[in-house]
Amino acid sequence: MVSSDDAGLLSPYRVLDLTDERGILCGKILADLGADVIQIEPLGGSSARRIGPFYHDDPHPEHSLFWWSYAANKRSITLNITSSDGRALLKRLVSSAHFLIESFPPGHMERLGLAYDPLAAINPGLIVVSISPFGQDGPYAHYHTSDLIGMGMAGFMYVTGDPDRPPARVGVPHFYLHGAAAGATGAMIAHAQRVLTAQGQYVDASCQEAVARTLASAPQLFAIEKTVIRRQGSYRQTGDTTFMRITWPCKDGFVNFQLSGGAGAGRSVNNLIHWMEEEGHGDPVLSGLDWTTLGYGMINKELLERVVPPVEHFLMGHTKAELFEGAVKRRILLFPVATAKDIMQNTQLQARDYFRQVSHPDLATTIAYPGPFVRASATPLQLRRPAPKLGEHNAEIYLDDLGLTRDELVRLYEAGAI
Amino acid sequence: MRPLAGLKVLDFCWVAVGPMTTSYLAEYGATVVRIESKRRPETLRNAPPFGSPGQSVNRSGYFANYNANKYGMGVNMVHPQAREFVKRLVAWADLVTENFTPGTLEDWGLGYEELRQVKSDIILFSTSMLGRGGPYSKQPGFGAVLASLSGMTGLTGWPDRMPTNPYGAYTDFLVPRFAVPTILAALDYRRRTGRGQHLDVSQLEVALHFMAPLLLDYTINGRERERMGNRHPAAAPHGAYPCRGEDRWCTIACQTDTAWEALCQVMGFPLWTQEERFATLLGRKTHEDELDHLISEWTQGWEAYELMRTLQQACVPAGVVQTTQDLFDDPQLQHRGHFVFMDHPEVGRHPVQRSEFRLSRAPGEFRQAAPILGQHTVEVCKEILNMSEDEIVALTEAGILED
Repeated sequence: MVSSDDAGLLSPYRVLDLTDERGILCGKILADLGADVIQIEPLGGSSARRIGPFYHDDPHPEHSLFWWSYAANKRSITLNITSSDGRALLKRLVSSAHFLIESFPPGHMERLGLAYDPLAAINPGLIVVSISPFGQDGPYAHYHTSDLIGMGMAGFMYVTGDPDRPPARVGVPHFYLHGAAAGATGAMIAHAQRVLTAQGQYVDASCQEAVARTLASAPQLFAIEKTVIRRQGSYRQTGDTTFMRITWPCKDGFVNFQLSGGAGAGRSVNNLIHWMEEEGHGDPVLSGLDWTTLGYGMINKELLERVVPPVEHFLMGHTKAELFEGAVKRRILLFPVATAKDIMQNTQLQARDYFRQVSHPDLATTIAYPGPFVRASATPLQLRRPAPKLGEHNAEIYLDDLGLTRDELVRLYEAGAI
Repeated sequence: MRPLAGLKVLDFCWVAVGPMTTSYLAEYGATVVRIESKRRPETLRNAPPFGSPGQSVNRSGYFANYNANKYGMGVNMVHPQAREFVKRLVAWADLVTENFTPGTLEDWGLGYEELRQVKSDIILFSTSMLGRGGPYSKQPGFGAVLASLSGMTGLTGWPDRMPTNPYGAYTDFLVPRFAVPTILAALDYRRRTGRGQHLDVSQLEVALHFMAPLLLDYTINGRERERMGNRHPAAAPHGAYPCRGEDRWCTIACQTDTAWEALCQVMGFPLWTQEERFATLLGRKTHEDELDHLISEWTQGWEAYELMRTLQQACVPAGVVQTTQDLFDDPQLQHRGHFVFMDHPEVGRHPVQRSEFRLSRAPGEFRQAAPILGQHTVEVCKEILNMSEDEIVALTEAGILED
């Protein structure tokens, strides 16, 4: 890829991406910001290629929609870093790279002689980012884990789900995505320091800590009030005796509406109450309160129990679309509980031209992908290429960049190094 | 040298997503000056828990978690002369950050174009629910509401129940890990090219990157996924199982034959584990309700941590469903120093959550607890803007500055 210094936010920088599905989003964020990210895959392909769903439900390593989602904008080479020739090639790549990211079990890179110190000896400016479930060392560093295990250990599940059922994870695996995005954050902070000192460094990101930072005020509620927040289904517990209602049924599905005090939420509740009054569903207790004067999340159970039924009755009389339409007009914090179809038809996303058509020439089709996560006025983010095929860029990297001969390429292939 | 030494941030952020974004900058050496007003204290200042009896805008432990190391400056932004004063801080800043409803900054006469007049290479970072432009741009909301719009709520919980919102303002906490790399990349771009810019982040558009494969599944295969509790399409057993005590649970996830066989071994190979229907993954998936029931009967007698340690020793992925109390006792989080305890004159001793990575050459730094409202007004005027005592008094008496 040819890139000039001002083409994209990160175009001068090369990232060697050794991650699998547990760290794959880190390089995606950097690639979307314009970096040249080379996904370095084992000979059989990244394990992320085995994660569904699949294109036309065809379970094939080139058809994983998980891989398509998180490897787009990257290039791919194959490299067997467990072979000595493979390691030698990696070290040659390291000498001109700016970042190396990996998500192997802690200790794996060290056992291969590829820990931070030997890599920094080759390239002192290199930033190495490790993404792991619990961090590189400590009592749980080598625990056998998965998304489910991680979400439970990080405190997320205990507070999510119905009170009379087991704690629940988010319905989509998020544990490693949080840690991987944290890896991108740490990488760029380290880069800022490198600009000042010309020194690289080692970044050790923990998925558990990343998810523990999604718990809003729950940890502080324990530390300060000794309140252990519990899962409350369609409600949310905000303090020892305080709650807010979040999810509500409506005529054709569900909506999300925060029944709470606070400057913003309280105004929204006041506005819903006016709407109810307009339609003849006013309620004296609801109307008698200025919800902006109640603190955010400061409503007790007695008050909630009194005010929930009339609101529920009103919402059940309308569809998701009617409620959202009315909420927008009246500045009410209410949104439909969206399905994938609702998202693809979301008029706001369409108006912002969010979804981007990506051409898949070998499948003779174009497919709409989620678009840029930021609108950068001087440097618009682009989906430059779909996810690479396995080893698609071997020739570009090994012949053009490293200057191997065809003959060497063949020998390394036969030897199982690439 | 600190990674962000010399980075000057004028911070209008409020609630969770914005202050958490700038908290990373403050932890790693940037000078972050928060603009707030007593006339309309930001939401989190009034959010529990409160560290001393009674509610006050200076006692929120929730606010304190995101605002350590920042300077607190009181400015009455609705005062007609506030804009001219703030422009002096814009001239000082490299980066202006805000997460108001789109249009708020423009209404104050401080939109990107106006900021550029003051400082041509300024970077403005804006994040909002749905981004700028489009029919619903100004629709207000919090992350708690937005989890539903991104499809997460609809997939979380049980197939026979209402969907469950992921706890808290979940999507608020996704954005900073996209926002901080973007901001730092934009600063690097400015260093290389001399060009600033406006960064406009829609929380929904970020959140959808956590949902991308499912959106492709819909557009390509026409499939809309259903809620499935804690189940996994290609693993069984896969769930949270009850343990001894009130509301104690341990997760178990068998994604390989080896893990399943190891689990059977720890259970002591009860007869049912030898049944043909549980021998393969597809068999276990077909009979998953019964499988879960049988495993639950076995886990019930175990203390959750004892079960976790025993299964881990046998190489079975397992973990306690930890409460927030457990997080403070978690030996791994303690080893990482995740919670940093700080002293604040009104909150008292309180935990701040450190960034979730460790930099070998730059430990996160926690110098001072979150500011009291208006705590640094005079200090910022004197030390950053070199204002005289008389001028500070005059602007305070005019009702522009608050201390």
